[in-house]
Amino acid sequence: MSPEPTQGSGGGRIAALGDRVLEAIDLLGRFLVLAGHTFRAALQPRFPALETLRQVEAIGSRSTTIVLLTALFTGMVLALQTGFALARFGAKPYVGAVVGLSLARELAPVLTALMVSGRVGAGITAEIGSMAVTEQVDAIRSMGADPVQKLVLPRMIAATISLPLLTILAGVLGVIGGMLISASQFGISPNFYLQTIYANVTVTDFLSGIAKTFVFGWIIAMVGCFFGLQTTGGTVGVGRATTQAVVLASISILISDFFLTKLLLIL
Amino acid sequence: MTDAVNGEVVIELRGLHKAFRGERVLRGVDLVVRDGETITILGGSGSGKSVCLKHMIGLLKPDAGRVLVLGEDVTDYSERQLVEVRKALSMVFQSAALFDSLSVYENVAYPLREHCDWSESRVAERVRACLEAVGLTGAERLMPAELSGGMRKRVGVARGIALEPRVMLYDEPTTGLDPANQRRVGELIRSLQQRLRVTSVVVTHELELCFAVSDRVALLKDGRIAAEGAAEAIRRSEDADVRAFLAGEQDAPRNPADEAALRGGLDGP
Repeated sequence: MSPEPTQGSGGGRIAALGDRVLEAIDLLGRFLVLAGHTFRAALQPRFPALETLRQVEAIGSRSTTIVLLTALFTGMVLALQTGFALARFGAKPYVGAVVGLSLARELAPVLTALMVSGRVGAGITAEIGSMAVTEQVDAIRSMGADPVQKLVLPRMIAATISLPLLTILAGVLGVIGGMLISASQFGISPNFYLQTIYANVTVTDFLSGIAKTFVFGWIIAMVGCFFGLQTTGGTVGVGRATTQAVVLASISILISDFFLTKLLLIL
Repeated sequence: MTDAVNGEVVIELRGLHKAFRGERVLRGVDLVVRDGETITILGGSGSGKSVCLKHMIGLLKPDAGRVLVLGEDVTDYSERQLVEVRKALSMVFQSAALFDSLSVYENVAYPLREHCDWSESRVAERVRACLEAVGLTGAERLMPAELSGGMRKRVGVARGIALEPRVMLYDEPTTGLDPANQRRVGELIRSLQQRLRVTSVVVTHELELCFAVSDRVALLKDGRIAAEGAAEAIRRSEDADVRAFLAGEQDAPRNPADEAALRGGLDGP
């Protein structure tokens, strides 16, 4: 083999890699511009209060069923697993403490965020993406209104408010799920179960979990809106944008969860 | 037809260039729109007619060239600076672009709520008047999904005239309509021009509409204005490009970049 083609394809690969990196930086840059624009839009006159309320209903209220179901079964399976694991150390009575701590610090925030990302993030991208490809976003601009203020801001605020509330609900349901299993499988009385939670889960634990969810809510809405607004290519484009948004939001939640947890442990 | 040849210039495109993903759609468009006239930009699919229109209202920014609206150079205006321009100009989109989640009433009231601090009764009165002007009295409570294509276009026009703009921009107003509705939209454009003294810029490839509504006609070909003149003069023109288009011989290849631009995503916020 002559060295030239190898060299050529190697250079091509590096160039392709460079293109990907540039593309990613470009995407991140445009995302940050949108994020900045959204914060400024909050200060503009004619704050879209009604639309924000509507979005709280769409993003928050309508997600309760899916979040509660997830939390209930997570609590149940968590109790089941920790019960068996703790039994090996003769620590079975402390199922409540482990379930409570896991839910408060980690599982309720992250699982709620991931479920909402799938349900709501996808919905946001699909809706705004459809508006973009049918010229509705251009129509807003052509009438001298700001699509970011009309579409992005209400969703950003609604998701940032809704996620902590949903997480609290999820925590409560998860604890109840754990209680059911502890009582039925391990013979731990609900009273004792709740006492071990009360004794071991502190307000700090609870708050460190909740604090993260504001960021998760923001990520879900902003990523959803971002991919929606830049949708092109008709209905196919809407599907593509929706998939991208959900994947990117979910990954961002998991990555930011690590760094936020690290940060909160330092503070 | 109105004699508007000497009217004040309301919109001017100077040497407009625009490319999408390397595809040069506009290659130096020069065009003047005068007060009170109806001018039609005629051209095949993908010739960049809609792109011209979107530059006038600032939805697209040119790669080179200037856009002047009501005496101001708006080429480098920010979205916020464009707000005043957009109150005076109104665009009716090809797909009507009604807000699916809002009723006909809320759609027409949208620009009023954005720019006027009016009482609800005053808003309702204006919405009623606008719907009456397009022949859709009583359609307030309907949702866009319940409307036929022709009705959607007319609601789009009603929304467009809500702020009593000086200039109406119509993007392919009759495309996708049956002949009766096509004629109706054409009559609507004409009557709005006469009753509200609004300047109109129509973008179309349909000759019937073009000669039914226009005072002047400009033919866009290969990214430039190939011919321009009074509607009658264009109809009788001996110019080769004009004759070819009028005879339906111009089959411009569909331009994917233009199609993408029409869907409005390329220069979105």
